[in-house]
This record gives sequence, C-alpha cells and structure tokens, in this order.
Amino acid sequence: MAVGQNVLRKEGVEKLTGAARYIDDIALEGMLYGKTIRSPLARGLIKSISFDTDFDWSPITVCDWRDIPGENFVALIENDQPLLVARDVRHAEEPILLIAAESRTLVEEAASRIRIEYEELTPVLSIEESLDCREIIYGDDNVFKRFLIARGEVDEGINQGDLIIEGCYRVPHQEQLYIEPQGMIAIPTDTGMTVLGSMQCPYYVHKALKQLFNLSDEQAVVIQTMTGGGFGGKEEYPSMIACHAALLAHKAQRPVKIIYDRAEDIAATTKRHPGVIRHRTAVTRDGRLTASEIDIVLDGGAYVTLTPVVLSRAAIHALGPYRCENVRITARAVATNTPPNGAFRGFGAPQVAFAYEMQMEKIALRLGIDPLELRRINMLKEGDITATGQQLRWSVGSEDVLNAAVERSHFREKQEAIQIERASGDSRKRRGVGLSFFFHGAGFTGSGEAKMKARAGIEITDQGRARVLSSSTEIGQGTQTIFCQIVADELGIGFDDVEIEETDTSRVPDSGPTVASRTCMVVGRVIQLAAREIKEKIKRFAAELFGAPEIDLMEGRFVEGGKVLASFAEVAREYAAQNGKLKVESQYASPMGVEWDDDSYSGDAYPAFSWGAEVAEVEVDMDTFEVSVLKITTAQDIGRAIHPLLAAGQIEGGTLQAVGYGLTEELVWDQGRIVNRMLTNYIIPTSMDAPDMETVIVEKEYPHGPFGAKGVGELPMDGAAPAIAAAVLNATGAFVSEIPVTPERLMMIHEGTRRESNED
Amino acid sequence: MSDEKKPDKQGLSRRGFLKASGISLSVPLVLNYRMVKAAGAEVKVLGPGKAPIQLTINSKPFTAEVEPRVTLLEALRNDLDLTGAKRVCDRATCGACTVIMDGKPVYSCSVLAIEAQGKKITTVEGLMQGERLHPVQQAFVDNDAQQCGYCTPGFVVACKAFLDKNPNPTPEEVKRGLGGNLCRCGTYVGVRAAVLQASRGRKGGQRG
Repeated sequence: MAVGQNVLRKEGVEKLTGAARYIDDIALEGMLYGKTIRSPLARGLIKSISFDTDFDWSPITVCDWRDIPGENFVALIENDQPLLVARDVRHAEEPILLIAAESRTLVEEAASRIRIEYEELTPVLSIEESLDCREIIYGDDNVFKRFLIARGEVDEGINQGDLIIEGCYRVPHQEQLYIEPQGMIAIPTDTGMTVLGSMQCPYYVHKALKQLFNLSDEQAVVIQTMTGGGFGGKEEYPSMIACHAALLAHKAQRPVKIIYDRAEDIAATTKRHPGVIRHRTAVTRDGRLTASEIDIVLDGGAYVTLTPVVLSRAAIHALGPYRCENVRITARAVATNTPPNGAFRGFGAPQVAFAYEMQMEKIALRLGIDPLELRRINMLKEGDITATGQQLRWSVGSEDVLNAAVERSHFREKQEAIQIERASGDSRKRRGVGLSFFFHGAGFTGSGEAKMKARAGIEITDQGRARVLSSSTEIGQGTQTIFCQIVADELGIGFDDVEIEETDTSRVPDSGPTVASRTCMVVGRVIQLAAREIKEKIKRFAAELFGAPEIDLMEGRFVEGGKVLASFAEVAREYAAQNGKLKVESQYASPMGVEWDDDSYSGDAYPAFSWGAEVAEVEVDMDTFEVSVLKITTAQDIGRAIHPLLAAGQIEGGTLQAVGYGLTEELVWDQGRIVNRMLTNYIIPTSMDAPDMETVIVEKEYPHGPFGAKGVGELPMDGAAPAIAAAVLNATGAFVSEIPVTPERLMMIHEGTRRESNED
Repeated sequence: MSDEKKPDKQGLSRRGFLKASGISLSVPLVLNYRMVKAAGAEVKVLGPGKAPIQLTINSKPFTAEVEPRVTLLEALRNDLDLTGAKRVCDRATCGACTVIMDGKPVYSCSVLAIEAQGKKITTVEGLMQGERLHPVQQAFVDNDAQQCGYCTPGFVVACKAFLDKNPNPTPEEVKRGLGGNLCRCGTYVGVRAAVLQASRGRKGGQRG
C-alpha cells in the first residue's frame, strides 16, 4: 500500500541537484525581456506619456492599452481590473506600459527614458477613509461586497447572557513571499499563444488569454513550469503577467519573458487582506456563549479581484469552532487605492481566527475562567450546528485535537510552572504559554464545488503505466506524490508505476484551481473515482481474457486463487491492442445531502472541516519587548493523511508563516506605496526564528474524501498568531488586539496596561 | 522600480563621487581594460564593455565574456547555463544563490564574476558524486527537507559548507548555522534533521 506511507517525493531529486527548470531558468532563441512601467501614484489621471527622442527606440517593443485586441480587463470574477491603465490610475504600481528588448540592460535603459505625467487625485488609503466616503472610488459607497449570516435571535441571546464583552481586532497585510518571484514566458504560435510560467491555476491563465485575444480553447495553451511556492500569491496574479508577456510577444512576434524582481514583486502583487473585526459577545457567568455579533471589514484594494470570495470565507469562519445559538455576522469589503489584495493561504480565515480566539481570551479573562476550560465549554462537536446552520455530521476531530495539543505540550504543567516562577519574583525574561483552537472548511465555499465540477482523469500509457491527468499544480506541497499514491492503491499497482502528465492545458482537463485546501480532498477524490473505473474496465477485460471471473488486481499483478496470471502492464498492452487507449475522465459531484443556499447564506458551507489546536510557548524580554517563540505544539485533524511526512511539512510550514504573521511581518506604507520591499526589511522567519515544533496528526476520516482525507493546506495558517498572542498575554499581562506583535506595539500596550493598573 | 536609481540624499551620484574624490580616468582603452590613477597608483580598470573571464567551476574551466559589473550569479545563470543557483533577492539576504568559493559559502549575487577568477567554485551542479547524490542531498531526500525547491539548491550548498566546517554540530549550532538561507515553505525542521543526519557520526535521525 502507498497511502499512509512516506514514499519519496516524485519531483524531489531534480530539485535537489539543480536540474529542475523553473521559469527563470529557461531561455529561448530570439527571446525578449519584458518590463512593466508602473504608476508611482496611488490615484490620479494620466496626462501625458513621452518617450525621450534622443533614445533609439527601434529595438524596443512598446505596448499600451491600445494594443489590447479585446476588452482591457484581466478575466476573473468581475471584469474591472485593467491590464494596462488607459487614463485612471487607481493604485500605486498599477501597470501602464509594457516594454521589451533583447537584453535586460537595454530594457532598463529604455524604461528610464519614459516620462509619464499625472494629475494627482486624493487617494483613499485605509479602511476608515473608505468607510467615511469623503472620496468615492467604487459604486455609491466604496463597498465591494456585503454578506450577512444570521441565526437565532440575537436580542434574546443577549438577554440570556450575564455579561456582554466587546472587542476590536486589527489584522495587517501579509506578503506571500514565495521564494521564486513571479514570472512568465509567452510564445506566439501559428495558431495562437502559448504561455509557460510559475502559477497555481493554469486554467485561470487560460481563461484570461482566451479573453485577451479572443482565442478558442485549443489556440491558447498554458503550461505550468516547476513552481517555487505560491501560497495563494500565484492564484490570480499570474493571469496579469501572462497577459502582459503575451501582449508584448504578440506585438514583437517573438517569445517574451517577464520576471519580476523581488522589490517589484513585493510592491505590485497581491497581499493578504487587512481587516478590522469587531466582536460583541453575550456570555453566562459559567462561560456559555448566548449571543454573538461580529462585524468584519476587509480592505480589498483597488479592484474586486477575489475579494468577495475571501470575504465569504472570513464571514463563515468568523464565529470560530464554537457553539452559539444566536449569531449575527455582518461582513463588508471596501475599496482603497492600494494594490488589490488577494489570495493568501487561509483566505480570510486567519484574519477572523485571530479575532475570535483573542475574543475568547478576553472572555476568559473577564469571567475568570481558564481559557482552556472556556474552549471546552463552547467547542463544536459532532452533531452540533455552525453559524450557517450546518450540522456537523462526520469527521469532527475538535475534542481530539484540543486534547492532543494540551497533553503533548504539557499545557497544564507549563501554566503552573509559569505561575510558580512568576510568584518567586520578577525577571527580565518572562515565559508564557497560550493556546488556540480553530477550524478550516476544506474545498470551495458553499456551492462552489458543485458549480466547478472539477475534472481529472487517468490514462494507461503504452508502457502499461498509469498516468494522472489533472490541472492541479505541484507547488511544493506534494500534489504529484499524493495523486500517485491514491491511484496506486485504488488501482492496485505500484507507486512507481504511476506518473503525472505535464500540467499543460492542451493535455489535462480543468480540475479547478490549486487553492482552498481542495487538491487532495476534491481532486484527489475525482482521481480516485477515475482509478476505480479504470480498474473495473481492465478487470472485466482480464477476466474474459483469462476466463477467470474471480480475478483481482493487486500490487500490479492479476491474480486468481493466489495464482499470478499476468502483470498489469501485460494486460494493459493487450487491452490497448484490442480496444485502443484506456483512458477515463471523472467529474466531481457533491456528496449526497450537502446543500447550500446562496441567497440566505446558510446551509453546508463546506463538505467537511479540518480542526486544529495549538499551544505556543514564548519568552518575552521585558526590556526590549522582543518575543521569542520557544516551541509550538499543534494537533490537526486533517482526515486520513495520504502522506504523513508531506502533511507534517504542510503543518510546519503553514504554522511558521503564521508565526511571521503574528510577530514580524509588517508592510510599511507611504502614500499608498510599500516602502519595505526587500527581504532585509520585510521580515519572514529564518531558521533561527523557527521554534521547535511538535506536530500531531489526528485522522478523523471523511467518508467522501480519497481514503478518508480532508484538507491540510490552509488550516495550519489559522492557529499560530492567536496562540502566540495568548502566550504573550500570559507572559506579560498585555492584551494584544493587533498583530504583528512587534516590540514597539507590545511596549505601548504594556506601558498603557501599567498606567491603567496604577490608576486603579 | 529599483531603489538605486534615486539620487542619494546629498544629490551626488556614485559617478559624481568618484570624480569628486580625485580619481581621474586615463585614456585610451587598451585591450579590455584601462588604467586609472587611484591614490597615486596605476590601477587596471575593466569595462564598460565586455571582458573575457576564466572561471573554475566544479573543477572544470569555463570561459565567458561579461561586463565587469556582472555578478557571479548572473554569469553562472546567463553565460554558463548553470541555473541551480537562483536569483531571488539579489541583495545578499536570502541565500538562494549560495555557492562555495575557496571552501567558503558565498552569496553569488554579491560576488562579481571577475572577482571569482582564480578561485575554486562549487555549485549545486557539482555536488553529485557520479550518479550518486551527495550525502547532504541524500539526507534532504530522506527527510523531505524541501517543498517548492527554489531555496533548496542554495540550502544544500550552504549545508555542505556548514558541515565541512562543523562536522559534528549540535542542534543549536545547526539552527544558527542555517540562519543565512530563507525558506518560505518552512522546511527548516526537515533541513535541521537532514543536516544532523548528514553530519559525521550521526546515523539515522531520519524523519517520518
């Protein structure tokens, strides 16, 4: 069996030897280097563009918005984001012109010879400025999208409570910072356009290219090259770069490569949505939630892009993994003149998770109830109902993860040890321990998967091997490996006899984007169904061939009554000789009884949730207010782990990004432009910042996932920031309602807290 | 986009500074270099055109013609088709371009190609021992110490250089020793395990 085993990563060796070719490792004959000319202004009108007449422009290809054959939009949810600004600049770094030349040096020289003049307009640069509507930049009120989730009677619930507790929480932008910068090569062909590059979602790029040049499905070809990380940052933005490269390539009739440098990538591409989240919770003295009102405002940036979907996930997760009969969640996303915010691992959930977990800490503090106890009192369990009215019917590992995290971390013992240490006198370094409890819906929200109808397939090669056909991309998380494991076991052949077709839209069907923790649970399921059908077909064939009705296929061999009759490859070749190529394509169908109503925003928001609990141990230097995370213990219920080591890698990696989110990652803005656009001043965790980690995988199998698997990609991003903030509270008494917990911010809170207690 | 194009605060460009500090150019261009007087001595100056260079990489000689301002990283990637070292920050921060030069790990984005002449350079492409992976690479495989793989070649090279110098590191030394390479997938746990496995005297220690 391959499932559940730590088989070797399919693409591992080529990455280790330097043989793997990423987009910037590819150079083509006659290729030009492209560059994007961007606006330094956050809001304004282009008055003029001039090209230095002393410069020889003949070797330079220049494109502006008039070179766009079709409509000037990046195809996504709404057609509102232009590929190139015609007149109205709506955010800093917005693309205006594209240029290309034979060398990077020449293209940089040309860029310095272009002058753009603007009429400046007052930009809207924050959520508050957007809400006050002094400047209207979108619709009537700057609001991109609203959601309301209502359940029970909030007023009644408030009356049932003994206490009302309010909290306001702020979460920042976060940069995905995939190590490989964004990049694309576009190649004009006789029939259309081929684009290769670093991306998560080849069919998004395909759709954008088709719209750009009015091409048929076959005329636009998109090939994903080895991709050096995405984390959501290569979900939607690659469509923009692909279209830019394609425009230049179309005009020059030569291949064009665009690779962003790090500063450009940080400054211009999407970020995690910042937000302000307000909680008003009614609780009884013994700690039961009786009503919860939550208001979410996210900053969408200058264009709609994926914001409504992010907002939806934020709203659905806003109450957290807790029971409450009376809930009212209002959610808005507003427009600002900043680069559009977009997909980032967690997709709205990490924002609300920080808020709901800190609200739980606040409630515990006010009621004098132990934080762990408060979670136990209110946690959702199997059979309970969520804020959207979804009854949790299966695969609910809530109690298991909380117990595992608490036991493995020795949470209680550590709490006590810290108390004793504290009582024995003050010291410069203070230790603290905190926990968080969270959940994450796997797959698209609501009716998303039912509408998407993900497709994937399997074909049997001439060599008698199984080849997986899917547009789900390998971006380091192990897609290729787990798909091969699933096929190997379902079909009954060896892991090494399964291979993956190149992620090329002319060769693989649309499995939907590689996002939303859906690759294993949803696409893996479709692949499992395809393998099942292949097995039925070839077994029936073999049964006839050998006159052996009880024949079975196990580990690559056809056997009957303990006797080996033939190898899978032999029978597969015979099948092909008689019937032609064996190929099966399957399509996703929602499990029976999973229903969602888009109008009332209620029902089964996700077919299954993954569950997590985390304990963080920190040490705070009370002179410098630096926070060191000493250890994180996390237990996560992800259903069956197809590959435990890869799953642990997802948990460790997502957790570490969340450590950065909670502690160090902060973008500094000046007039709508990002100031810290380098790795020296946008601080992600290094090996020295990475705490020791203990990971417990809990496997509450999901009956409709492949071998019981759910999602794992995003859940780990939700838990670390609030666990660290809770540990800081435990260590210092400072209640943090805004991340990242930088020394400056912690010092201000600590000074404020001390002043308050002096005044008491 | 780049920050360097802005004039500095004193309103003096780097070229202006050189002029102001009394370094004068002498004429004319002889072969591929010129002579200038700096601090009273004659110094050979290459450029601005291409100059021939000779490099020893993975024990093999390479020749190329590059502008003197070209970094070792760019020369490896663009002129020698050795694309294992990656261009990520181009500012000596992330370590994805790490190569070993005369036994020391260096960020090849911050070494000029002309400076690297006469030195022994090892890149990730030179680590394999015939068909066999280097023990550090094998330890990365065994511990799945990589995800997206973009930081990986630099990390592997840095780990080799670290182990050459510290054959028996403690876990704490490993944690610090790997501080010069950034990984966003968060594979540090795996990399630490891999380094410990590859270190002399440590057998096993494999994850999973």
